[in-house]
Amino acid sequence: MSVDLTAIWAFIIAFAVFAYVVMDGFDLGIGILFPSFKVGEERDQAMNSIAPVWDGNETWLVLGGGGLLAAFPLAYAIILPATYPLIIAMLLGLVFRGVAFEFRWRDPGHRPFWDMAFSGGSLVAALSQGMILGAILQGIEVDGRAYAGSWWDWLTPYTLLTGLGTVAGYALLGTTWLVWKTEGSTQAHAYRLALRATLATLLLLGAVSLYTPLLDARYWERWFAMPNVLFAAQVPLLTAIIAGFLLWGLKKKWQAAPFLLSLGLFLLGMAGLGVSMWPFVVPDVVTIWDAAAPPRSQVFMLIGVGLTLPLILAYTGWAYWVFRGKVGSEGYH
Amino acid sequence: MFDQADALLLARIQFAFTVSFHFIFPAFSIGLASYLAVLEGLWLKTGKGVYLDLFKYWLKIFAVTFAMGVVSGIVMSYQFGTNWAEFSDKAGPVIGPLLAYEVLTAFFLEAGFLGVMLFGLERVGKKLHFLATLMVAGGTAVSAFWILSVNSWMQTPAGYEMGANGQFLPGDSWWAIVFTASFPYRLVHTVIAAYLTTAFVVGGVGAWHLLKDRANQHARTMFSMAMWMAALVAPVQIFAGDLHGLNTLKHQPAKVMAMEGHYESHPDGAPFIVAGIPNSKEQRVDYAIEIPKASSLILKHDLNAPLAGLDTIPPENHPPVGPVFWAFRVMVGLGFAMLGLGLWSLVARLRKRLYDWPLLHKAAIVMAPSGFLAVIAGWMVTEVGRQPFTVYGLLRTAQSASPLDAPAVGASLLAFVLVYFAVFGTGTWYILRLMRGAPKVHEPGVRRTEKGPIRTAGITPGPARAVGGPIIEQPAKEDGE
Repeated sequence: MSVDLTAIWAFIIAFAVFAYVVMDGFDLGIGILFPSFKVGEERDQAMNSIAPVWDGNETWLVLGGGGLLAAFPLAYAIILPATYPLIIAMLLGLVFRGVAFEFRWRDPGHRPFWDMAFSGGSLVAALSQGMILGAILQGIEVDGRAYAGSWWDWLTPYTLLTGLGTVAGYALLGTTWLVWKTEGSTQAHAYRLALRATLATLLLLGAVSLYTPLLDARYWERWFAMPNVLFAAQVPLLTAIIAGFLLWGLKKKWQAAPFLLSLGLFLLGMAGLGVSMWPFVVPDVVTIWDAAAPPRSQVFMLIGVGLTLPLILAYTGWAYWVFRGKVGSEGYH
Repeated sequence: MFDQADALLLARIQFAFTVSFHFIFPAFSIGLASYLAVLEGLWLKTGKGVYLDLFKYWLKIFAVTFAMGVVSGIVMSYQFGTNWAEFSDKAGPVIGPLLAYEVLTAFFLEAGFLGVMLFGLERVGKKLHFLATLMVAGGTAVSAFWILSVNSWMQTPAGYEMGANGQFLPGDSWWAIVFTASFPYRLVHTVIAAYLTTAFVVGGVGAWHLLKDRANQHARTMFSMAMWMAALVAPVQIFAGDLHGLNTLKHQPAKVMAMEGHYESHPDGAPFIVAGIPNSKEQRVDYAIEIPKASSLILKHDLNAPLAGLDTIPPENHPPVGPVFWAFRVMVGLGFAMLGLGLWSLVARLRKRLYDWPLLHKAAIVMAPSGFLAVIAGWMVTEVGRQPFTVYGLLRTAQSASPLDAPAVGASLLAFVLVYFAVFGTGTWYILRLMRGAPKVHEPGVRRTEKGPIRTAGITPGPARAVGGPIIEQPAKEDGE
């Protein structure tokens, strides 16, 4: 039996994307809802709860992008031009979001501006990421080895829906993270927001899930034909169960569990994405095997991943451990 | 109104703009991370508070610089795909893994330990904190290793096979891909450049505060450290640059012809053109001021050695001469100016006037940004000089771009220009403002609270200790931590 390196690499990239989505997801979610927190202690707590880790979280995006170039160069070369304005918008959003972490402390007179930049940048980045996902799912026009559509193909009602869904999902991650990491009025506010974010996420997730099979008969088949349905049906079923626990937990003022349950929702979303896409990387046009780099590239990188990823997870875990506990208003205590 | 040629030109301008802006930050943060590691190491070894104060002072500047480096760097990791999709498809199997290694071995290391470095001194203790600082510094250096390996492969490609689909595929040895002919020279030259860049910034800041108060112990310490770097490393850099140039002559002769302004071949000794105006239309340098046979002496170590000119290269493979010619002179001129300041500082040391020579301090302030200018000029030499190719001699720039419409590229370029100047301009201003304040005894750490008025450094009462003396008690609590 030979090992399918390409499939392994598809899982590694999927892992990187998932790690990015959930880890920077809560950073971005906090950014999106930042204006709703009171100037002063609430905003300080919210910001300080992610300041030590946001940079590491964002690195997963570079691994997702760099890994895609390395493992599936053809997919990288098709998807990025196809979603060009979204990528640029996302990058610029991340510029504003990222520098705001430092810049807001530099001048009290400029702080309102950088708080807006933090929030606006987070919103633009989240919306763009969701729309990129939608643009891939709705299909990309390809000719030979290159993108063949125009530079506005990505803008459709479907992509707007996936974009909003991502914003809501990130807000859910952000608020449940704050529930875990903060206390006092910040936490109380986070509980209220988390409930609303949960409802918005479920609503939009449901809408996207219903819309996707209508986009293309193939999605219908993947979800509802036998025997796929036996596996696929588990995804919405588990989603409903976790959503129930999440709503219950928010009511019962659980501390850490709401965040972990939100992660579960995202994991199921990822599984649903797998049902819809596998083994395509550009739906119906390019499979992971079409796009794959040659085995020599895959093996070389696999060695690197095998050696470094356990270390990365270990020291990333350590960094989170160092800043464990409630954040307090003056940094960690 | 637009055609593909416009889209290509706009894509090139966009890459040049985003990468030039980006590189300013790592050029500083590579050196600064190492400087911080040295400062913290000296503090741990000697227990002298002055090193901890300087560490905290520069850490705040590092935090701002690093944030700008990160966000502008993420843009770069996507530029390959957005604007250079053809290149990404064709070269991805070879350079992609190197970039992936950069992320895995460098970016995660820096980012993972940065939080602890910035905020964790009191939570993890001195030794673990020093480890975090070392990891961040190491990460910046490892990052330079991989990205320069990628760039060197594009300049002097080796170790590849051509695939049936037009892709460059890795051959049997990754060693041959990672360590190409130009890589060792480029790595040494670039990393030294980063150290020098930082040294001149630190030296300039130290000089500024010496001019205001020549008894300022913190300013003395940083000025002295920076001037040692200038005196010792600038000559090494000139030597490394010369070797890099000879390596380029061997592998990319057309680039050297552009650097020298040699349109014509010189069968019996080529002159060094000190200045002039390259005129590519007429294939000559107008108003040239020449030193006869000097170029042959520099490049071949023989006054009469023949040197080929651009007339031996097919016109469609000529790089643009003007920018390469001028950027080279800017870089070399700054290099010698750095050497000059370094030597001056040695004289000042011998005459015991290092902290007491306002003209020297003023010169150091003028030279503070010289590293950035030299680095950008150097990259212009090497990147414009390898045109019209992305993978040298094999893949033309015109065949590398994404199939995008010119308005899309133009609009995104405009957005980058506006955002970069506004955001990074503001960030640079914040950094200058941080530098304007003198480092203090019990310099506060990275401040993280907005309650109350802005606390200026030094207000927080701390245990008494003499400047530069041993710490009597634990240092003042990190402000706001």
